[in-house]
Amino acid sequence: MDDIDKAIINSLQGGFPICSRPFAAAAQPLGLTEDELIQRIANLRENGTLTRFGPLYQIERMGGRFSLAAMAIPAEDFERVAEIVNAFPEVAHNYERTHELNMWFVLATETADGLPETIKRIEAASGYPVFNMPKEKEFFVNLYLKA
Amino acid sequence: MGYRPDELDRKLIVATQGGLPLSPMPYADIAAQLGIDEAEVLKRMQNLLDNGVIRRIGVVPNHYTLGYTFNGMTVWDVADDVIDQLGQQVGNLPFVSHCYRRPRHLPDWSYNLFAMVHGKTRAEVDEQISVIRALLGEACRQSDVLFSQRILKKTGLRLQL
Repeated sequence: MDDIDKAIINSLQGGFPICSRPFAAAAQPLGLTEDELIQRIANLRENGTLTRFGPLYQIERMGGRFSLAAMAIPAEDFERVAEIVNAFPEVAHNYERTHELNMWFVLATETADGLPETIKRIEAASGYPVFNMPKEKEFFVNLYLKA
Repeated sequence: MGYRPDELDRKLIVATQGGLPLSPMPYADIAAQLGIDEAEVLKRMQNLLDNGVIRRIGVVPNHYTLGYTFNGMTVWDVADDVIDQLGQQVGNLPFVSHCYRRPRHLPDWSYNLFAMVHGKTRAEVDEQISVIRALLGEACRQSDVLFSQRILKKTGLRLQL
């Protein structure tokens, strides 16, 4: 990752243009050509520096629900359960964390009812209880990571 | 809270939730895929952004690759009568990326305030945690920090048609 890659990451975590030639528009202030920016983002995607490139959707704005959920999985069963949980399309992110509750995932469902229903299906498929921790209040959300 | 996406919006969301095409005219490519005009895609994307259905459009870096190997979910057991006021103050700290009030699950889980912090060293995160601890003061009965050890999945939202 060189200085140009860093500049791309630092300046394009939001605000990617909605216009006919968005890469050309975004490339200009970076001093790059359209092709160069496309190639750079493609490389950063390929080598894993970026996990995604595109719009981030906020499902709650269209009637859906997000929730954070946690499970306590014994070490010897962890990989098996991770596979089961990850196979649910409603699981947007899943992290292993240092705690007795060691699997923490974000659920995104299109409807309010879909959330408890999905949790029941995950409990049935995995054989472990799910602790549902939906947000009761959001104080701040804006992840910006400086490269 | 609510914008109701119509059928075409949903198709557009499904077509773009995995990412935008890396081509000079990505919105035109999506339009071709959906059998509609590029102008229609641009109008609808702008509308979804204006309505907050799209939070942002851009690159999503991998914490680990950028050197943020210490991603801590700090959790706090804060007195109910002051949590909203203090939670807002914690959320306003520049190094906190997400901050929420969530339900306790007693006796297994007694924490009701969650604040995500990110650092390149453990010392950096410890410093951030001590700032939060000082801010919460005696309103906080106990706390913990859960570091992420591994990303098991990070695809983001996936609607299905």
